[in-house]
Amino acid sequence: MKRVFPILGALTGVLLSYALYEALVAAPTEQTMGNVQRIFYYHVPSAWTAFILFFINFFASVVYLIWRANKADIVALVTAEVGVVFCTVVLVTGPIWARPVWGIWWTWDLRLTLTLVLWLIYVSYLVLRRFSSSGQTPLLAAVLAVFGALDVPLVYFSIWFFRTQHPQPVIGGGGSIDPLMLHVLLINWLAFSCFAALVCWSRYRLEVLRREVDETLALEALLEPRHPQTRTSPTGSAG
Amino acid sequence: MSYLYAAYIATWAIHIAYLATLLRRYTRLRDEIAEFKGRIEEKN
Repeated sequence: MKRVFPILGALTGVLLSYALYEALVAAPTEQTMGNVQRIFYYHVPSAWTAFILFFINFFASVVYLIWRANKADIVALVTAEVGVVFCTVVLVTGPIWARPVWGIWWTWDLRLTLTLVLWLIYVSYLVLRRFSSSGQTPLLAAVLAVFGALDVPLVYFSIWFFRTQHPQPVIGGGGSIDPLMLHVLLINWLAFSCFAALVCWSRYRLEVLRREVDETLALEALLEPRHPQTRTSPTGSAG
Repeated sequence: MSYLYAAYIATWAIHIAYLATLLRRYTRLRDEIAEFKGRIEEKN
């Protein structure tokens, strides 16, 4: 495993570099928006990757609720954390793209608002996991994740069923895209998916190690001989 | 073009910041393990 990780890391680095070249140089310039449309090759793959990670989080949470499997709990935590990173990218690159095209940074349009709500749900999930020390935390987090995942299809289909400021989907839903642009989009999605998988893998190993250390420290504290405590009587004398 | 570069730089800044937090957590954990090993050796 120790040898496989650097090789996969190097391959992902090459793929990301190639995807960047394709997005900035090889992809054709869009006629209406010009070069700023190339933000699309980072914005859309990041959104798709975040959705996939949140769905994995949903399934892992369901598995945890049914079988109480620790591995499923770790997978849920890891995918939520990396999903929030990708969702943050979506929420940052979206306004940077909107400013020159729409003339505004943000609007309370359905797609944008639901994406912000999705981000807030998973940030609250991570805050719960970080600051709650109760033994019930994984269970509560799993329930929150199951309800939070309901927002993912709402975000995705909001532009199918409602008239919004956000553009219509380029794949499915009646949208169309130049074949070369689609090729560059899919290359970028593949590159970001490989990157997300590697980051998840590292985070998973870190979390497993973290839990092992915590368990060992707890065991050490239990096995440590206790010093006899002196009781104090109400009159102040020990005994 | 500046918006395009801003978006690409922001994307990588977010990813690199997250990777840096992972590295920091890993370093902290490694220090904890080293400290624990030191305590065990001291007892023995």
